[in-house]
Amino acid sequence: MGFEKILFYVLAATLIAAAGMVVTRRNPVHAVLFLVVAFVASAMLWILMDAEFLALSLVLVYVGAVLVLFLFVIMMLDVEVATLKAQFIRQLPLGLAIAAVMLIEIFLVVGAGNFGGEAFPAPGHHAADYSNTRELGLLLYTAYIYPFEIASVILLVAIVAAIRLTLRRRPDTKYLDPSRQVNVRKGPDRVQLVHVTPEPRRVPPTATPSTQAAPVKGEDDEE
Amino acid sequence: MIELSDFLMLGGILFSISVAGIFINRKNLIVLLMCIELMLLAVNMNFVAFSHFLGDMTGQVFVFFILTVAAAEAAIGLAILVVLFRNRRTIDVEDLDALKG
Repeated sequence: MGFEKILFYVLAATLIAAAGMVVTRRNPVHAVLFLVVAFVASAMLWILMDAEFLALSLVLVYVGAVLVLFLFVIMMLDVEVATLKAQFIRQLPLGLAIAAVMLIEIFLVVGAGNFGGEAFPAPGHHAADYSNTRELGLLLYTAYIYPFEIASVILLVAIVAAIRLTLRRRPDTKYLDPSRQVNVRKGPDRVQLVHVTPEPRRVPPTATPSTQAAPVKGEDDEE
Repeated sequence: MIELSDFLMLGGILFSISVAGIFINRKNLIVLLMCIELMLLAVNMNFVAFSHFLGDMTGQVFVFFILTVAAAEAAIGLAILVVLFRNRRTIDVEDLDALKG
């Protein structure tokens, strides 16, 4: 049992434990943090399989962007945790039963009998000067250039859709309309000076109480 | 050495955990989205494993595209979630019964 095998089992145990915590934690913030652990562990597993570029982009794109987005949304929504608790126990047996059935089916298919060491012997690792990024780029920019462009369009659509969905015009916000600013003509649209006559000095407030207080005092006297 | 079936079983375990998570966390739409991310991770694990053991880089290209689409899906899903919470003040899946079906 070599070092790689030990590393694989440690990382796989970390990954499965973190995934289990993700689905059972009640607090969504804890769930996202365990999801970070799961993604980092699987990135290390991918490095064991010589997929360095994808492992690093998993850490950068997922842990760095998508999970931070999850954290932002969770903290923005402020969902109360207590109401989420009731459903948990009721759905647990059903979920576990379906997961167990799926797990047995998957194990029967992908077990060591079908995909073991005899059918698929483990390939050795590449030489030290082998560049996984270069190989992936050569494939991506030649044979898969068209799907690559489509992927970029999908990202653009995601940007536009996310911004448009969450954009909210508040009627009471004051903002400058750039098109009106640009279209200002010389003349009446420009700033104009208005001559304001100063208001006359007000009567000092000490003079008023004597006139108003008199009727009240008179009422009191009648009673 | 690590065999191909080890990685495939790991992907299967991960996928089953996330399926169970979808059934368990039916109250919370955010955790449902996270379970979908875990499912995609399990699928990507299988792709990378096959790519490594067959010596074919195409599997990694597919993982690249899956990562792209999953990032777009997460962004749009979370945007829909935010709009939903603004309008209904809830993200419980069972409260979202405006379309009676």
